[in-house]
Amino acid sequence: MRRFFANPYLVVVATALAVLLLPLLLESSFYLRIATLVFIFSLAVVGLNLLMGFAGQVSLGHAGFFGIGAYAVAIGPTSLGVPSWLALLAGALGAGLIAFVIGRPILRLRGHYLAVATLGMGLLIAMVFNNEAAWTGGPDGMLVPQLDVAGWTVHGTHAWYWIAGVSLVIGTWIAANVIASPTGRTLRAIHDSEVAARVLGVDVAHYKLIAFVLSAIYAAVAGSYLSLYDGLVTPTEAGFLRSIEFVTMAVLGGLGSVFGSIVGAAVLVVLPQVLTVFQDYEHIMLGLMMIVVMVFLPTGIVPALAGVLQRRTP
Amino acid sequence: MTVLAVDRIGISFGGVVALADVSFAVEPGEIFAIIGPNGAGKTTLFNVISGLYPPQQGEVRLDGADVTGFAPHTLARRGLSRTFQNLQIFFRMSALENAMVGRHLHERRNVVAHLLALPSVLRQNAETRAKAEELLGLVGLAELAGRAAGSLPYGALRRLEIARALATEPKVLLLDEPAAGCNPVETEEIDALIQTIAATGIAVVLVEHDMKLVMKISKRIHVLDQGRTIAEGTADIVRGNAGVITAYLGRHAQRETAHAQG
Repeated sequence: MRRFFANPYLVVVATALAVLLLPLLLESSFYLRIATLVFIFSLAVVGLNLLMGFAGQVSLGHAGFFGIGAYAVAIGPTSLGVPSWLALLAGALGAGLIAFVIGRPILRLRGHYLAVATLGMGLLIAMVFNNEAAWTGGPDGMLVPQLDVAGWTVHGTHAWYWIAGVSLVIGTWIAANVIASPTGRTLRAIHDSEVAARVLGVDVAHYKLIAFVLSAIYAAVAGSYLSLYDGLVTPTEAGFLRSIEFVTMAVLGGLGSVFGSIVGAAVLVVLPQVLTVFQDYEHIMLGLMMIVVMVFLPTGIVPALAGVLQRRTP
Repeated sequence: MTVLAVDRIGISFGGVVALADVSFAVEPGEIFAIIGPNGAGKTTLFNVISGLYPPQQGEVRLDGADVTGFAPHTLARRGLSRTFQNLQIFFRMSALENAMVGRHLHERRNVVAHLLALPSVLRQNAETRAKAEELLGLVGLAELAGRAAGSLPYGALRRLEIARALATEPKVLLLDEPAAGCNPVETEEIDALIQTIAATGIAVVLVEHDMKLVMKISKRIHVLDQGRTIAEGTADIVRGNAGVITAYLGRHAQRETAHAQG
């Protein structure tokens, strides 16, 4: 039983089933829209979890990469005449490249210092989107042309539900591959003892960089999807609050658990919708619930509940 | 033939001399012990040799090549591995996974192949697992392979660190107090294990406080006191050395006397 739950591919199958079955349960397109948003945010958080939960390195600037993806599919077709799908790829590669260049110096830092450095990185990227109004439309943002793949124009919730859903399944599959591979073992080793990893021959800086670049690419793809789906992008997508939201989703769902990333994203996307019944007290309730979850499930929702299950099944 | 040579190593921290003019050479298959009172600089010496601290003076040669100031992971590639006095275990991984991380240098590290879980990665995982299981068997942890490292008893963790270091296939293995905190039975086991390792041709450099263990298995012993070499030789030579006796007993005895006299 324990083996079964420890299998990193379990979440891939579970996600695939959820993506296939949810449309049968969710009748209105409003619910389908929520599910689509959950998939898109999950994608970003699964990537961030590889960095935070596995390699043990914090990033408070991941919305910067999300924003790069989001603006790539806006600026590419609008100003540069690049087709959307190519702009999406370029956004992902560009985010990866920027992560590679910035990551080299800042991943030497640890703990709070790394947190502040990544925070600065995120603020810097958001500032560029805010100030380069000729390209980005400034604080008001810009419209995003619809994705056009081989003559098929992708629009509407149904289409994006499937694109985001299938992408999330692929994203969890890649994450599971990494976790089960020597790279995944190395990242977890770095998380537990950097010095031990080093004397075993691990180039620690290199592996932190791999996790950082990988997580940036996940975030950029998710950003592109959101802005293509919404048809609009503003600098808030790259902003500080968005970064914090990603970290909160990862921590709330459970660091080091891919399934936790999806649960964390789902909770923080769905809960505000549900809590609208509290009207003016909506944010108070959200904050309170987050505190309660962290107090009673300190390792995050999924690892804490999995721990309870494991104790019950010998 | 020398596999590890340390030549006139010196390092100081903020004016405090931690090591000065320390030299020795170790041969393949030899068990070489470094002893000395607390604060003699034994662990600092290990940190210098394994690349954690770059020395301010002197040279470290591995297999004839100057490797002074090389990064730890580069030294590991060249055949040097170590364990830690204050256990550096990957606590959230299983015992088996700990040993598997030790195979890092012997695995193909193509990240794209890992992302896509190509069949070659799966085959390699199986090879790594088999080798790690073999090493856990060697150190007597085969039955605990699946357990989370964080839940293992202290003596098992000491042996797990040795298995993990062996997984790198080192030429030189530095063991920093492998028997610290172990009961007499566990110490005996580690004693036998060290001899088995040395018999395969690996040079074992040992820092240890358990004198019985040191005197029994070491071919040569190097004695440090306050960062300086005060003696080197076989157990008998070191045991009879006046400087060593003073370092271990003399000052202590003098302090005791002074204390008694008020």
